[in-house]
Amino acid sequence: MENFTPYTALSGGLLIGLSASIMLLFNGRITGISGMLTGLLTPIKGEWFWRLSFLLGMIAGAIIFITFFPESFVPRKNFPSILLILAGFLVGFGTRLGNGCTSGHGICGIARFSLRSIIATIVFMLSGGVSVFIIRHLLGITL
Amino acid sequence: MKQALVALFAGIVFGIGLALSQMINPNKVLSFLDVTGNWDPSLALVMGGALLVTIIAFNFISKRNRPLFDDKFRLPTRTDIDSPLIIGAILFGLGWGIAGFCPGPALASLGINFLDSFIFIVSMLAGSWLQKYYTTINKPNE
Repeated sequence: MENFTPYTALSGGLLIGLSASIMLLFNGRITGISGMLTGLLTPIKGEWFWRLSFLLGMIAGAIIFITFFPESFVPRKNFPSILLILAGFLVGFGTRLGNGCTSGHGICGIARFSLRSIIATIVFMLSGGVSVFIIRHLLGITL
Repeated sequence: MKQALVALFAGIVFGIGLALSQMINPNKVLSFLDVTGNWDPSLALVMGGALLVTIIAFNFISKRNRPLFDDKFRLPTRTDIDSPLIIGAILFGLGWGIAGFCPGPALASLGINFLDSFIFIVSMLAGSWLQKYYTTINKPNE
């Protein structure tokens, strides 16, 4: 537990919640990152540009923060590309099939008390735990 | 245009939140999911903090008839629990646990740890595309 960072975790979480609340109040939309990314490739009129804006803003926000606090990020080195490809593929396939990820289901859906989102979040947390157990403890891959 | 500016601002806030909470650090995420190892509960507080805001704010916002910059709310309407939801969540979780990336943090770290992020996102878009393709060829009438 020595890596536990409660204050930055909680304050970062508050900002994420603020962002999702702004999106709902002004634009009337759910902040679901997997849906926004997919939506870039399958453009619907009136739904493309705001998605691009949000995602570019998110990339910029992270750059801004790391520019001021470079010591807060330690890049992972030499993580096998094959695992990145496999992981990315599963995440892309799974979020499209299940209609959402950590943001859409986990943060927005639960706040709307959507049963679908509550169940999806419990399931992906559990399968994420199983996956880490296999990768880290059975296969011994820690980088 | 107004919607895009709001989205840009909200995106920046979201990105700062991800970086501040270190969710763009995959090992931080993996250590949350690693309950039998050296467990780091930080991610629970990130979600807790976010939900604290969204549960309260969404409750107030949902009392409105329409959002400020659009004529109506565009929200998911489905309530059924079906097997694609469960299988999708299982597959997403497995992928999440392999690399410690979910879509938000993976994209947010594009400007910081480009190569890992890029490889992941391209694979993710391929997975998403294949899912759609698979559904389309199995249900030609939709």
